[in-house]
Amino acid sequence: MLRIRIIPCLDVLDGRIVKGVNFVNLKNTGDPVLLATRYASLGADEIVFLDISATHKNYNLEIDIVKKIAKMIFIPFTVGGGIKTLENIRNILNAGADKIAINSFAVKNPEIIRIASNKFGRQCIVVAIDVKMSSKTNWNVFIHGGRIDTGLDVVYWAQEVVRLGAGEILLTSMDRDGTKRGYDLNLLRTVSNFITIPIIASGGAGKVEDFARAYENGASAMLVASLFHYKELTIYNIKKYLKSQNIPVRMIN
Amino acid sequence: MKIKIAVIDYGMGNIKSVVNALHCCKVETEVIKSPLEIKNFDAIILPGVGAFSPAIKFLKLKRFDVAIRDYANCSDKMIYGICLGFQLFFTKSYENGEHYGLNLISGEVKKIETYKNLKIPHIGWNNINILDTQNSKKMFDTINTNELFYFVHSYYVQPKNLQQISSICNYGTNFCSSIVYKNIWGTQFHPEKSGAKGLKILVNFVKEVKLNACNSGN
Repeated sequence: MLRIRIIPCLDVLDGRIVKGVNFVNLKNTGDPVLLATRYASLGADEIVFLDISATHKNYNLEIDIVKKIAKMIFIPFTVGGGIKTLENIRNILNAGADKIAINSFAVKNPEIIRIASNKFGRQCIVVAIDVKMSSKTNWNVFIHGGRIDTGLDVVYWAQEVVRLGAGEILLTSMDRDGTKRGYDLNLLRTVSNFITIPIIASGGAGKVEDFARAYENGASAMLVASLFHYKELTIYNIKKYLKSQNIPVRMIN
Repeated sequence: MKIKIAVIDYGMGNIKSVVNALHCCKVETEVIKSPLEIKNFDAIILPGVGAFSPAIKFLKLKRFDVAIRDYANCSDKMIYGICLGFQLFFTKSYENGEHYGLNLISGEVKKIETYKNLKIPHIGWNNINILDTQNSKKMFDTINTNELFYFVHSYYVQPKNLQQISSICNYGTNFCSSIVYKNIWGTQFHPEKSGAKGLKILVNFVKEVKLNACNSGN
């Protein structure tokens, strides 16, 4: 049986891991290479690395850090931040990443999803979607690290990226980001009803029960950042709880 | 004895993680882009992510298809296909049409059927059932049945000869997750991305490569 995945996320700004609340007030929380290695040894099912400075400052992504991490971990490794060209994608994959996450640029140029997916295979194209609630049952897609409201409806955009060839969707609730109030279950349920590819839930994890709820509402994987960086929860504790609820997880000895 | 393994770069995505994993297993590894080079190695690995049709087209264009088939006929050499690389070993794939593969293994590559709320691609860690055969013992030495490996795929292989299967996985349906057939190994899952147990499979492969090279008196 397929296990649900617990995925630590490293948000990196100028080479250091940072984490904020609702996408702002970023705090420096450590060295990405050390942390990636530690999470892998503690039972992370995958690692996501997002260079959050890359898009809005036009920085080049930190390819050297990606190379270092790829040499140390032997679990799937996704890298995102400021991707604009096939060349960017090729460089990241050549640095040892397994998947790339694309966000802002895909909204402005959806064709890159199709082209990249044809070229590198849909399994390595993760489309990251940041959303904010616009009414009780609607969410708008935001880009540039949550700075710009595109006016796009999340259900429309999620279906569109599937059609274009995305392999997974990384769905982040900006309303819940860093708040520890739990994943936005309405959002997960709504989007997963309309698409057939796996969804990685992101934004809001606070306690072990939140992971079970996300799973029940259609998430195939859950992203975690601050909870792990600040050692408020461990991968082991989350998985132990999920296992006790008969939710399939990967325990490592 | 010292052996050398080649990882074939055919322009289809990330070979780097395979190279990193082999380095971690302390094997001399080189990335090669030309079929002329493969004779210098004790084993080749055909990695791969992406779609079947562009991959086989590229292999043919570069004359890798002939080279790999000749290589597989040398009993002192070994060959390992991962994910798409594994699928390319088969006779035929139905991914976006019908395409002929390398035909090292008789069989077909088919799409995973979607039903209920089964998400496609099959992405993540899934347990495999290791079959109790002499061949699968080589691949899964010191690895227990039901161990978890990392999968990412929308298509699966269906070998004609069921004796070649070394493990089975279930996702909506039972499918063949690996094969050991003569000097050919293949896994649908990614050993290079399956943590310590995945690396162990690569170590087991290296062990077989050494044995094989020794036995043929090199």
